[in-house]
Amino acid sequence: MEGHPLPRPGVAGPAPFGRRRCEVSANRASDGYRVFSLLDREGPEPRPGQFYMLATAAHWPGPGERPFLPRAISVAETAPAADGVRLDFLIEGVGPGTDRLCGLVPGEDVWVVGPLGNAFAEPREVNGDAAGAILVGGGIGVAPLALLRRSFGERGVPLRVLLGFRNREHSGGLELFCGSGGDLCPEVRLASEDGHRGHRGYVTDLLATMLAGDDATSAVVYSCGPPAMLEAVRSLCAERGVTCELALESPMACGFGACFGCAVPKPDGTYMRLCVDGPVVRGEQVAEVTHA
Amino acid sequence: MPEFCGIALGHPVVNASGTYDAIAARRVFGDALFADFPFSAFVSKTITPRPRAGNSPQRIWETPAGMINSIGLPNKGLEGFLAEDLPQLAELPVPLIVSAMATDREQFSRMVEALGKREEIAAIELNVSCPNVESGLIVGEQPGETEALLEALRPLTAKPLIVKLTPNVADPGAVAAAAERGGADAVSLINTLKASAIDPHSSAPALAAGHGGLSGPAVRPIALQQLRTVDAAVGIPTIGMGGIASGADASEFLAAGASLVAVGTENFRDPRAGSRVAEELTSTASQRPAPTPVLDLE
Repeated sequence: MEGHPLPRPGVAGPAPFGRRRCEVSANRASDGYRVFSLLDREGPEPRPGQFYMLATAAHWPGPGERPFLPRAISVAETAPAADGVRLDFLIEGVGPGTDRLCGLVPGEDVWVVGPLGNAFAEPREVNGDAAGAILVGGGIGVAPLALLRRSFGERGVPLRVLLGFRNREHSGGLELFCGSGGDLCPEVRLASEDGHRGHRGYVTDLLATMLAGDDATSAVVYSCGPPAMLEAVRSLCAERGVTCELALESPMACGFGACFGCAVPKPDGTYMRLCVDGPVVRGEQVAEVTHA
Repeated sequence: MPEFCGIALGHPVVNASGTYDAIAARRVFGDALFADFPFSAFVSKTITPRPRAGNSPQRIWETPAGMINSIGLPNKGLEGFLAEDLPQLAELPVPLIVSAMATDREQFSRMVEALGKREEIAAIELNVSCPNVESGLIVGEQPGETEALLEALRPLTAKPLIVKLTPNVADPGAVAAAAERGGADAVSLINTLKASAIDPHSSAPALAAGHGGLSGPAVRPIALQQLRTVDAAVGIPTIGMGGIASGADASEFLAAGASLVAVGTENFRDPRAGSRVAEELTSTASQRPAPTPVLDLE
């Protein structure tokens, strides 16, 4: 398997204080998404699940005075580079901020704050009885699971990966789940709503089948994707008594606890700030995953 | 070295209340935050007599050169603040200004008395953008309500009292003058402008609360004019804020009469914005203000 040993969780230092300029080293198409890379000369290596606040140094805002706020984007892959760390981000253009990031040109600079937020924990840290991991990703939410899959693979955690997409236009990033030969890793299974690849239907169909097995509780489910998919994953896991960690998304202005915009309801009626209390939460920490 | 209400400050840039959580930021950035603290005084998020969870999401919405927020003042309440947050904020390398709000004079008095007793606190900012439950009126929108509140609070503490003015009034100068008559030591302005956005996907209000407050460079010219009006109406010092994102922006507010300036929304884009604005103020003090990067469309 490609890659390099990742730092142990908790070893990485805090994010450097302030924003810093990082140069774009690549930007390529990945089916309907794009993958761009930054060279970070100052920050520590990120852990799976962590995110960065990103804004281009030029034309942010552009015409129409948007985008204005930086965008919170999960890191999809990382590797040591000459004089720093390479950060790869998987992105889909869905508004002025992500559209601008899709159009990044190698050589231009991006303002970066991070790595921010918490990270996914290993199965045995989540549940002492669990040995394996089931990763469930939907759409652009497959991004943090790519780094998580490599991290778990390198530590010998037994894993299955279930990835779902709406259709060909709304898909991408699969090469982040490939081995050195370029083939999709054998532990990966696909679903698509239009049937263009893998199981025709939802990725949660695959998860339901997998959780029907007797040994389901020996795994921890790790998931990221659209709110409706995450809610389906959360409730499936709750029914089967399987622990899950969900990487959520919420509108975020700052990423470091300042704006209080990224509030996510907790079961007790109060809110957590997803940027500093997440973005990874245990299934039981949220009452229901709702559309933000 | 600016002095503000008897408090010596390293530079003229503070933060706007509710736009920086120094405790959370220290968890994120570590001790580097305190070694290079971006503000010359730290203004806390508004605290209220009892804990508040804050508003339901959606709480924020990006707008051209700005954002609308309806956060709803989530906080631990006075007791929780004093017990849990104040000891941590006391470790800050700069003076602490605590923002407080209550919906009746008795509760407001209780807060000012309790905060006034704490040595860790250098000054108190009164958030008056709230209703007085006894009259049903927004205190900061009424000169009479504002003056009466200050008259009730003034005898309770020797600490400087700063009144945070709302811009959602026809004559902010009249409210500022009333605050001064009531005994305020300074006024700060502007708070956010009442604003709405419609979610284009649902055609419904974008924020769960229906409306919120607009901030960011979009409001800067309005803030400058309100500052000029207020500065002409009072003799006490003013803290000017509203869309300040650079030293050039800050120099406009200082030229319009502000004793200090505050950085708010720009903190979200740049966690070190306060230091950057202060540095740019120093380096451009003798130069013609340059166009702000935020509004530069090239």
